[in-house]
Amino acid sequence: MPPGWGGTLLVGLLHSIEIAIGATCLGLLIGTGGAWGKLYGGPVTRDLLAVYTTVVRAVPELVLILLLYYAGTDLINQLLTAMGYQRVDISGLAAGIFVLGVVQGAYSTEVIRGAILSIPQGQIEAARAYGMPPGLMLRRITLPAMLPFAIPGLANLWLIATKDTALLAVVGFFELTLATRQAAGVTKAYLVFYLAAGALYLALTLFSNVIIGRVEAWSRRGMPSIKEAR
Amino acid sequence: MSAEATAINMAARASLWLRPHRIVLILIALGLVLCAAFFMRWDWLPQYWQMGLLGIWRSLWILVVTCALGFMLAVPLGLAQAGGPFWLAVPAKIFCTIIRGTPLLLQLWLLYYGLGSLFPQYPWIRESWMWPYLRQAWPYGVLALTLSFAGYEGEVMRGAFAGVPKGQLEAARAFGMSRFKIFHRIWLPQAFFRALPTLTGETVLQLKSTPLVATISVIDIFAVSSKVRQDTYLTYEPLLLLALIYMTITGILVLIFSRIEARIPVKIG
Repeated sequence: MPPGWGGTLLVGLLHSIEIAIGATCLGLLIGTGGAWGKLYGGPVTRDLLAVYTTVVRAVPELVLILLLYYAGTDLINQLLTAMGYQRVDISGLAAGIFVLGVVQGAYSTEVIRGAILSIPQGQIEAARAYGMPPGLMLRRITLPAMLPFAIPGLANLWLIATKDTALLAVVGFFELTLATRQAAGVTKAYLVFYLAAGALYLALTLFSNVIIGRVEAWSRRGMPSIKEAR
Repeated sequence: MSAEATAINMAARASLWLRPHRIVLILIALGLVLCAAFFMRWDWLPQYWQMGLLGIWRSLWILVVTCALGFMLAVPLGLAQAGGPFWLAVPAKIFCTIIRGTPLLLQLWLLYYGLGSLFPQYPWIRESWMWPYLRQAWPYGVLALTLSFAGYEGEVMRGAFAGVPKGQLEAARAFGMSRFKIFHRIWLPQAFFRALPTLTGETVLQLKSTPLVATISVIDIFAVSSKVRQDTYLTYEPLLLLALIYMTITGILVLIFSRIEARIPVKIG
């Protein structure tokens, strides 16, 4: 770890990446469940999920982060005191992952729902005709078949997640943007540190793009490419 | 006959909306709203509503100005990438990549704290007519949001310009139109219609980005709610009202854009 403020920035970047990974995983879980509920759930589940995705996508992330941050920590502490335990301080990492995960979940619900809908219907019918139970069908047919349709959208969500971690600086969580602000404030070298942080974020994005390209090519293996179809 | 049909249609739609479980859900929602209205504290509203209206006005103003300026920047950015020579296409591509690859909050703070700390070092800037503006926060906010919108929308416009069928442009050239006329009669309108559905989403995203300017001390509606929270020590009430305000604005925006979309010719290209 390099000494001085450079090290501080790198620690911030590490925290940002941790939160982005955690939030994306939580978002994927919520998204898969949400898409399943929206497509195959009962009428009440569907309406509630529609409210969830609409509200989350219509309200600014900054407002949601504040609301969920206070509401989430309050709720847990009230539950704990009701059950007779001590109040706890929720770690910033857990709170950040929870808050961004809920936001990501709404977007990935829509992405995964769209992807499941674009699977050729015959494949699912064939699986049913073979007598596959729903769990096996999800694992063997639905998830792999929807992957090529879902990956571009999910990749976008990952990039959004890495950038949304910056918003946690506003609630005081120590990630790259807040680290930059502290470094710049102390040294008064504002331009240098903000440009350095920008370069770090950009490097993360470009690196992600390379990985995403590989994953997308892998998920499309065996499918006819668009070039050949012409 | 047709009136009867529309009446049946409307009745069917109403019954779709008012299925039993929906009625229960709506009643529960109403109950929650009433609980919030009675059991939460709203006595601060009379004192702050004027400030709130001013905040909403500022947020909308920032939204409209940055979207308009950003779109004007996005057209040349998209055009340069779709059909420009490489010495225009490459810088445009780099600009879009940088804007889309870094968080808006960082861009905003880079402009406000970074650039803002550079300016006072130069006496000629401090003596120029720009100085009263450069000392305030909102020009930096508007600049950052404009550049961000231009970056995202430039990428959209690149796709839209590239998506206009070649035959349209060739036909225009065959009619002997000048290059400028081809652009503003054929290429730009068709690209714009193609980009319109995406433009709705981008505008809503831009609305959701406007509260960031509150972090550099511009008093928009988000900053007003923060002030209420600081003054009254209330956590949830101002935030819930704020969320409601943003949802209302989003709804209105989507409605306006769907009206515009309904007016454009569907069959193009």
